[in-house]
Amino acid sequence: MVAIVPDPVASKAASLRVRHVTKHFPATNGVGVAALALDDVSLSLAVGELVSVVGPSGCGKSTLLRLIAGLILPSAGELSIGAEPITSPGAERGLVFQDPNLFPWLTVRRNIEAGLVARGVLREKRAEVDEFMRVVGLETFADAYPHHLSGGMAQRVALARALINHPRVLLLDEPLGALDAFTRMRMQDEVLRLWQAHRTTMLLVTHDIDEAVYMSDRIIIMTQRPGKIDQNIPVDLNRPRDRSSSDFLRLRSNILELLHFAGAALARNKS
Amino acid sequence: MSASVEELQPQPTIVPSAQPPGAEAAFVTPPVVKSRPQTLLAIPVGACIALAIHFFVPKTEVVPPTHYYPLVLSMMLGLGVLGAALYPFFPGLRKWMCQMCPILGIATVTVGIWELITSCLEWLPLPYFPGPEAVLGSLVSDRALIFDSTWHSLVLLISGYAVGVAVALVTGITIGWFPHARYWGMSLLKVVGPIPATAWIPLAMVVSPSALISAIGLIALAVWFPVTMLTASGISNTRASYLDVARTLGAGRAYLIFRVAIPGALPSIFIGLFMGLGTSFLTLVVAETVGVKSGLGWYVSWAQGWAEYGKVYGALVIMAAFFSTIMTVLFKVRDRVLVWQKGVIKW
Repeated sequence: MVAIVPDPVASKAASLRVRHVTKHFPATNGVGVAALALDDVSLSLAVGELVSVVGPSGCGKSTLLRLIAGLILPSAGELSIGAEPITSPGAERGLVFQDPNLFPWLTVRRNIEAGLVARGVLREKRAEVDEFMRVVGLETFADAYPHHLSGGMAQRVALARALINHPRVLLLDEPLGALDAFTRMRMQDEVLRLWQAHRTTMLLVTHDIDEAVYMSDRIIIMTQRPGKIDQNIPVDLNRPRDRSSSDFLRLRSNILELLHFAGAALARNKS
Repeated sequence: MSASVEELQPQPTIVPSAQPPGAEAAFVTPPVVKSRPQTLLAIPVGACIALAIHFFVPKTEVVPPTHYYPLVLSMMLGLGVLGAALYPFFPGLRKWMCQMCPILGIATVTVGIWELITSCLEWLPLPYFPGPEAVLGSLVSDRALIFDSTWHSLVLLISGYAVGVAVALVTGITIGWFPHARYWGMSLLKVVGPIPATAWIPLAMVVSPSALISAIGLIALAVWFPVTMLTASGISNTRASYLDVARTLGAGRAYLIFRVAIPGALPSIFIGLFMGLGTSFLTLVVAETVGVKSGLGWYVSWAQGWAEYGKVYGALVIMAAFFSTIMTVLFKVRDRVLVWQKGVIKW
């Protein structure tokens, strides 16, 4: 099998840029201090890169994704995709949540079509619907309602629904977090396969270090409250990766140590 | 009105999603009780008891002899025996009989007891409580007028309900989606909405050019409040994550309103439609009693004016069937539209 490490020269063009982004949330009920969710976060993703963000809960990982998606606006700093600044949500930045959030009133086929309908291009691109249903292996469930799908199947529909828009960046917010261990491992391969097939730039938020090491080109470690980027670790392992190889395990334990160290440092600072 | 009050009872149980799917279908398909073979004989036995009462207990009330009542009872007896004989061969019939036999059997016996205490024993004063034979007789003899009244009621009900629902959907969606509309609309709704539509009758009589138009307006008003309220709450409670997903898929405002918020609000809208239907029955009958010169409500008060209580009860029976049928139709529509919620399609 051919290793699919993105060519470092070809992927020089930055797809996504986040520059010195800070995000405050107003204090609840107008009393107390405003919460600082992200503090001076900068990162950039090369075209076709798959980057994971790991960190303790409450480190602002999801806030970062919502900012990139354009669902919320930063308090300071700027975000851009290619050359265009991000000011509002758009189809070029797909978002998949932990909860698949399929529209329960639409069948699998109509859920996958949703992005095409929303952009008014269903007529021209109808053929792609079948293609994407085949890609995620759900042709036989075209007329099923989300209600009848298992967690893994529902998440595959959510992935197809996001990918049919051919987003320049696919944002994944713990997309496999709610699945059981076996389904999750299968779905990791599935996401990698989609990534390989579509060469979509992906930013994956996860709390599963195995998942981050198994999937990403690069791992960003964030610290807690306020969220800051702590480490930027390249993963130089050949694909497909072996979860039990010594390199894999060494990297995994390094990251665990880093996170643990980060946690201990935080505790020291607090006391 | 007894009919609509009864039909309203299941409403609290149609709260969407919070209920198991089985509970939602309770109105359309009554729960199957475990039945033994002898329950299949409930209808023939009930009919025999009622016939025995009719023929063998001496009557004190003088009733013009019509043969409709014993004829109906004999038909029930015949059909009951036929059903009991045929049920092993038709699974559909068998299921239906298991569900309906106890109810129909007891209903037949109840009619027999009614005849016993009215026509035979005269425990209840005449002319207010005629026996079943007199009621059936007036139903048959006055069938043309009753049919005409039912038709007028149906037209009036559908006109008022359609107008009310159409206006309520527009106002409900506006109030539910736009914060400014919510601020002003909810204030108005909270003050004006709870006034029963029938309380507007004096005003409606002065303002409107005809009794028919004022009746349509009153029914529409009665429907408008619950449908608006539940549509607005359904829209404003749209799950934020559905809207987020839609926006990241490239959706504009029209898509968010018509393809996310409204479908998501449909379970709530249907609760409003059921509540509105209940209040529309009430308003229909009151409007026909006080202003409109046709329809079942008018027929009841007209028959009462002539002290023809047989016709009054006949009209009540027709109303029960009429309102119950309309309610069932709405349930069927709901089940069809909300198929995604109930999971009727099985894999």
